[in-house]
Amino acid sequence: MLGQLPILSALVWLPALGAVAILVLRALMRGEDQAALERNARGVALFVTLFVFALSILLVIEFDASQAGFQFVETIPWLAELGIGYRMGVDGLSVLFVLLTAFLMPICILASWKLEKRVVDYMAAFLILETLVIGIFCALDLVLFYIFFEGSLIPMFLIIGVWGGANRIYAAFKFFLYTFVGSVLMLVAMIWMYLDAGTTDISVLLTHEFARDAQTWLWLAFFASFAVKMPMWPVHTWLPDAHVEAPTAGSVILAGILLKLGGYGFLRFSLPMFPDASAFFAPMVMVLSVIAIVYTSLVAFRQTDIKKLIAYSSVAHMGFVTMGLFTMNEVGVQGAIFQMLSHGVISGALFLCVGVIYDRFHTREIGFYGGLVHRMPVYAAFFALFAMANVGLPGTSGFVGEIMTMVGAFEYDPRVAAGAALGVIFSAVYMLTLYKKVVFGELTNPRLETATDLNVREWINLGVLGFIAIYLGFFTTPITATTAASVEALITQYQAALAAAPN
Amino acid sequence: MAYIVVFGPLLAAIVAGLFHRQIGVKASMLITTGLTILAALGSAWLFFDVAVGGNARTYQLATWMAVGSFDVSWAIKLDTLSAVMLVVITSVSSLVHVYSWGYMAEDPHRPRFFAYLSLFTFAMLSLVTADNFLQMFFGWEGVGLASYLLIGFWYKKESANSAAIKAFVTNRVGDFGLALGVMAIFFVFGTVSFDEVFAAAPGQADTILTFFGIEFAALELIALLLFIGAMGKSAQFFLHVWLPDAMEGPTPVSALIHAATMVTAGVFLVCRAYPIYEMAELTSAFITVIGLTTALFAATVGLAQNDIKRVIAYSTCSQLGYMFFAAGLGLYSAAMFHLFTHAFFKALLFLGAGSVIHGLHHEQDMRHMGGVWKKLPLTWGMMLIGTLALTGVGLPLINLGLAGFYSKDMILEEAFMAGAEGIPFGFLAFIVGIIAAGLTSFYSWRLIFFTFHGTYRGDQKTFDHAHESPWVMMIPLFLLAIGAVFAGMVFRSDFVGSGALTFWGESLPAGPYAEGNYGPGAEGHHPPTWVLFAPVGVTAIGFVLAYWFYVVKEGLPARIAAQNGPLHRFLSNKWYFDEIYDFVFVRGTRALGDLFWKGGDQKIIDGLGPNGVAATVMGGARRIAKMQTGYLYHYAFVMLIGVLLLTIWLIAGVGGQ
Repeated sequence: MLGQLPILSALVWLPALGAVAILVLRALMRGEDQAALERNARGVALFVTLFVFALSILLVIEFDASQAGFQFVETIPWLAELGIGYRMGVDGLSVLFVLLTAFLMPICILASWKLEKRVVDYMAAFLILETLVIGIFCALDLVLFYIFFEGSLIPMFLIIGVWGGANRIYAAFKFFLYTFVGSVLMLVAMIWMYLDAGTTDISVLLTHEFARDAQTWLWLAFFASFAVKMPMWPVHTWLPDAHVEAPTAGSVILAGILLKLGGYGFLRFSLPMFPDASAFFAPMVMVLSVIAIVYTSLVAFRQTDIKKLIAYSSVAHMGFVTMGLFTMNEVGVQGAIFQMLSHGVISGALFLCVGVIYDRFHTREIGFYGGLVHRMPVYAAFFALFAMANVGLPGTSGFVGEIMTMVGAFEYDPRVAAGAALGVIFSAVYMLTLYKKVVFGELTNPRLETATDLNVREWINLGVLGFIAIYLGFFTTPITATTAASVEALITQYQAALAAAPN
Repeated sequence: MAYIVVFGPLLAAIVAGLFHRQIGVKASMLITTGLTILAALGSAWLFFDVAVGGNARTYQLATWMAVGSFDVSWAIKLDTLSAVMLVVITSVSSLVHVYSWGYMAEDPHRPRFFAYLSLFTFAMLSLVTADNFLQMFFGWEGVGLASYLLIGFWYKKESANSAAIKAFVTNRVGDFGLALGVMAIFFVFGTVSFDEVFAAAPGQADTILTFFGIEFAALELIALLLFIGAMGKSAQFFLHVWLPDAMEGPTPVSALIHAATMVTAGVFLVCRAYPIYEMAELTSAFITVIGLTTALFAATVGLAQNDIKRVIAYSTCSQLGYMFFAAGLGLYSAAMFHLFTHAFFKALLFLGAGSVIHGLHHEQDMRHMGGVWKKLPLTWGMMLIGTLALTGVGLPLINLGLAGFYSKDMILEEAFMAGAEGIPFGFLAFIVGIIAAGLTSFYSWRLIFFTFHGTYRGDQKTFDHAHESPWVMMIPLFLLAIGAVFAGMVFRSDFVGSGALTFWGESLPAGPYAEGNYGPGAEGHHPPTWVLFAPVGVTAIGFVLAYWFYVVKEGLPARIAAQNGPLHRFLSNKWYFDEIYDFVFVRGTRALGDLFWKGGDQKIIDGLGPNGVAATVMGGARRIAKMQTGYLYHYAFVMLIGVLLLTIWLIAGVGGQ
């Protein structure tokens, strides 16, 4: 039914249209009641993101999970003589990320409802960000991908830099520097690939055989970009700073979606296009993943800032993703995708939980809090749920991703699985300690006496995320069945390429 | 019926946990208690249908994970082994629910408490009815969660919070092993389903698995990894440290979770996976050693504790050691038998201790008790029955005694026989078991005399207000007492005797005693008579010594304690485990965390990376700060230059080739 309609373009460009509408509205309402303008901006943003979310649900429903190839493909010639085109399409690897993005956006808008500073710009920035991020997952052309991929940095950069905390300039700068270095190298690789294959069509590049020597360099260039995005150890230090300074919704998007770009990049480019290099570098990735899991879990344990702690915990959880991806067996890769989606929900929820108390007390210092359960029992319950999901308790989605990646890793090398399993112990240590310090105990800080429990808006946000975290903990097939065909194809092609390679 | 048994408590937990504000405290308590009792009745029915009637079956509920060959389902597996556990769990749980009406009567958070209890019950039921290792892992961690929540139930108390975390984290250390074991199972067998794994186990006897450069027999490694999980959950030596601290939770919790059900999950695991353990001789020997070490260690520590609950906690630890060395020696049915009887008398002892604590207004220190039997006569009577059952009082030759007599003596006698047959550590297990039985008798009677007899040592006002507990607390005690008296007598034949040959179906072997005496071609299988009398003998000695120290020479132990000799210090400090672990693990983790954070992240990575670059190339962040309005352009500009430079370089490079 949607075959003829450009649903992907609609998904990508509708938010941008919304942003334009908001900006036009500002021009029209200049000099009028600013409160009304801000109300309208919020309303438009919420409406557009909800509409896009509905559309993305339709996309997933219409998506044929039994097919491995790209679906809903759109092609418009554009710089055709150079082999560049406007090409869009999704497969099992990307379609659920579109859904995740479209799902988290309305939550972000709701979470920012009480924002007071430059509301119009803020809403426009989020809508543009949504356009760019969905664009990344839909793009089937290198140039298009690169534009979206790099473009997505700009609104994020602004969100941190304009609406961030006290030290936002340093954080934004660090964020920029890291990602920029990676991106430049990726761009070089892309240009090389274009020169080699004569096209920027990703679906063609996926079947193009790159020379083995070239693969190594190309892989490393892409790795530089994706590793920073994940982020992998040791290029992770931008993330805690970025999170700490970002506004709540910015953190949700950063952890929930932008961190997944690296993993998606590995799935879309590194693994299928450079199989020999991937196999060659896999041991390195495994070691870095295990270091990330153990090292950052230990660092998380020592944090005194709630957001920093959760940010470090994100790095550890992304370690499971890279570990799962490079096992290149079905359980591992499926587990990695599951872990990314699940982490999008859980870490998003955790940052919202921090946002709830930050909105009330304007501090993220763990030492400030204590005994919140006396005043905010519902909040305490939600926080407990997401803390447990983050710890990877069976029955939450966090467990599924972890166990599947570890099962895959065990097949690759039991030592890797053992290292990752160590991280599972530490995650309990830092998360439960955090929870104890913030929520349990006597209420000693008099400033906390006035704390009010969740309002309806916060309730809805956390309730929806909590439901998903538990539902996916018990029933995983909605996700794995959607991704299965594409993952199988990816692995088959990978194995064939390795088998064909001369040793 | 099976659905009601398993999901009834879950439903109750959800309703009471989420909607207690709407339905009120009373209704929350009613629904949790009611559905758990219903589950208990259903379990009894299932027990007769499945175990006695022989109708083992499995219900497949839904798919949990299905990725390639990694196919895991939600299921309810009913066989004799799970049916026994169902009865234990639901009956103790429903009694604890009822008891809590009285014990927790003044607590403002009762709905939450009852919701946790029911949640625990559900998790435990899903653990024992799993038909695959991963669902079992779900229940395994689920009971860990419930245990965490219940230990930390009084969340204002710092000590309760710390104990809760300690319990969860120590269990996670065990789960680390268990999870790896499950992974290894999938790696070796390509499935995690019990039936398929156990059927294929004999065929994998020669499989080798390399782990950290060492070659293991695959089954030995799997068995060992699973056992590490069991050590955590069942508080075995090295991983026992959380159990005594878990006494910070309300006493009904200790009875349910830390005596009768959750801590026995490890024993259940080993029994459930017995086809693997039968193939893993080295690991089985290891289990025997750990089990007997725990039995002895915990019994010695129990001698010198003053907190009434901690004494019983160490006793639990010690009795679990018995179950494990039995399982290690291949006496699975005897281990399950002891698990079954122990659930009754240990829950009885805990709830009895709870009744004492309740009657004395939350006094737990036995040094402040004494002579209270007149005030608490019924509780005293119930505690006596529990103690007699725990110490295994009975008459060997005519085979008449309380529950512990049948099960513990069966383990000890069969350990002796195992030793005679040359199974490693059989004799040692027997000897250590006898010694520990003597210690058990001593510390148990010490508890009775210290608490109930002699002169009162606490504050007079408390004594004057001491009162017997309400009926809602006493009735569960009576029912458990009936179990403590008769559970051994009634079920001996089914669990380990002549009935065992058919009772267990395919879930467990009947054990050497049943096979040797009643099986086809049985030639008789009896230890020498002195072996039969040895446990009763040491029990009597323990009793006499305790009587001497705490009744005849009352006050002498306190003087010994006051001298604080090295042995006393060693025991009352629990062999210094907490201190050593604190030094090595807690501080080690902190130090490592600080090292990675301040040294690794801040000094090395940031120092060489962004900050260094910032300082040199950009002239510091201050200049950036000046340009803060121009981010977009700045960024685009740098990008453009970069692209330009690279393109030039590329074209030059390509041209140069």
